[in-house]
Amino acid sequence: MEPARKETPAHEERQSKPPKKGKRPKRYMSKGMKEGLSGYLFMSPTIFTIGVFVVIPIIYAFYLSLNDVQLLGGIGYEFIGLENYTRTLDDTRAIIALKNTAEYVLIVVPVQTCLALLLAAALNSDIRGKNAFRIIFFLPTVTSSAVLTIIFMWMYNPDGLINSFLSFLSLPTYNWLADPDIALKSIMIMNIWATAPFFMVIYLAAMQDISDSVYEAATIDGANWWQKFIFITVPILKPVTFFVVVMGVIGTFQLFDQSYIFSGGSGGPNNSTLTVVLLIYQYAFKSLDMGYASALAVVLAFIIMIVTIIQKKFFGEEKLHD
Amino acid sequence: MKKKTFTKPFVYGILIIYAVVTFMPFLWAILSSFKPLEEIVSGITFFPENFTFNNYTEIFSREPLFLRWMFNSLFITAFMVVLNIIFNSMAGYALARVKFAGRKFWFFLILVVLMIPFQVTLIPSYLILKAFGWLDTYQGLIIPGMVNATFIFMMRQFFLNFPKELEEAAQMDGLSRMGTFFKIVMPLAKPALAAQAVFIFMSSWNDFMRPLIIMSSEEMFTLTLGLNSFKGQYISFWNLIMAASTLMTIPSLLIYAFFNRYFIKGVTFTGGK
Repeated sequence: MEPARKETPAHEERQSKPPKKGKRPKRYMSKGMKEGLSGYLFMSPTIFTIGVFVVIPIIYAFYLSLNDVQLLGGIGYEFIGLENYTRTLDDTRAIIALKNTAEYVLIVVPVQTCLALLLAAALNSDIRGKNAFRIIFFLPTVTSSAVLTIIFMWMYNPDGLINSFLSFLSLPTYNWLADPDIALKSIMIMNIWATAPFFMVIYLAAMQDISDSVYEAATIDGANWWQKFIFITVPILKPVTFFVVVMGVIGTFQLFDQSYIFSGGSGGPNNSTLTVVLLIYQYAFKSLDMGYASALAVVLAFIIMIVTIIQKKFFGEEKLHD
Repeated sequence: MKKKTFTKPFVYGILIIYAVVTFMPFLWAILSSFKPLEEIVSGITFFPENFTFNNYTEIFSREPLFLRWMFNSLFITAFMVVLNIIFNSMAGYALARVKFAGRKFWFFLILVVLMIPFQVTLIPSYLILKAFGWLDTYQGLIIPGMVNATFIFMMRQFFLNFPKELEEAAQMDGLSRMGTFFKIVMPLAKPALAAQAVFIFMSSWNDFMRPLIIMSSEEMFTLTLGLNSFKGQYISFWNLIMAASTLMTIPSLLIYAFFNRYFIKGVTFTGGK
């Protein structure tokens, strides 16, 4: 997404070039120094916040992950090397959380990407009421995950709206909230519903940049709407799709709010909605096992950063739009 | 011509079905918030038969803290929006326009920060806030979130294309860098600031995880946390829960309705939350 990666931090000493000598005798401070000073003045809130709440925490997270951390009164550390990391391997709940998260990512990302692409293509065709559709589709994106989850929990009730609708159509009904085989799928449906329109907007912006001339030859050859979509639009949008998939993977890996609200923080029924981030939360803030929780967080961060770096490598300087 | 008559109804079909699917949960929630409890438990009626506003007043009498939660959310969000707009723009401006030593390093750091998932900083940040004595306080939520790397990056790109002449004229008139920035540059950056404001509002108003970790006493809850605890307390009173959910969503919807244009711009720019 960020096109400006050309600049590297090297060769920066040139920036603070000494001012031309003796040009402005009236000033007490040279122009270069003044610029430097105002530069840091402008940057100071950012440097403080990122320093204290991003840079230091990252170093601190590694440190915590190598220690057994005791939170009694003050904080006690006992260095235990990589023990926290090896512990993940025979932690059944960690394995369940990873399995649930992986299942969630593998189902949600492809479905929401296809749905987003389909909706964008439909919206991009020559139809009326585009704005009205777009405004409606976008409602879930502006609504808080807490509200959405609560509304869905009510619709998912055993005698709620969804089961009433299914039995009205003589379809099987489910125990959406309490059946361990279903609960995670209930969250999947809800989040696909909520997230697809967000990615639709990204697709739509990219589609509007495809010039009509691309389609003209195909129209002359008698290609229909579907053929043009499959053989022209989809291949052109490949970089956008790549971006949408990667953003989807990053987002779905971080699933937390919905699982937490759905299960009241437990990850139940029977650990079926336990995700990696929920597990980190439980270890850190319920069991107060911050060392082990940090190790899990570091592993999660590595997975997400690898995905991000792959995206940057492939997506590189390519611009989605301007 | 033949193909057109075939595809158009198909396209409209997809869009209308999906619009109904999208809108239905909201409609259902809003309609239910106007139903008395008996109507909710007695079975499924779609439109309220005994239309009532009582649910909305009952929330406040049953949960006296609800008003406080609204205030907390508004207060925190207002600070977050104002501070983010000022600080992100200042940093973006410096990175684009001011020639200071280390500029490239700081820009590179912003790019790195953009890639770091916030979960990894969660536990250490909690411990740092604890050391500061900022847990369960407004500043504990506001200060760590008062700048945002995504929007610093956005503002930098914006100021790279900003006309230089205006600033030069202002500096000729003897305005300092700060003066130029606040009196000349910021007023002209309004569209970019609006996009930023809408986004920060939404993410702060809707945030769940950070308040969950930082706020521990009920008086300090934000509305998202309050709603979750309200739901837990009144689990079968879905009429009240839906009224509370509707109340919580109204500000976002108003902002979305008025700033829709900027919001779409923001999404296509950031592409991620």
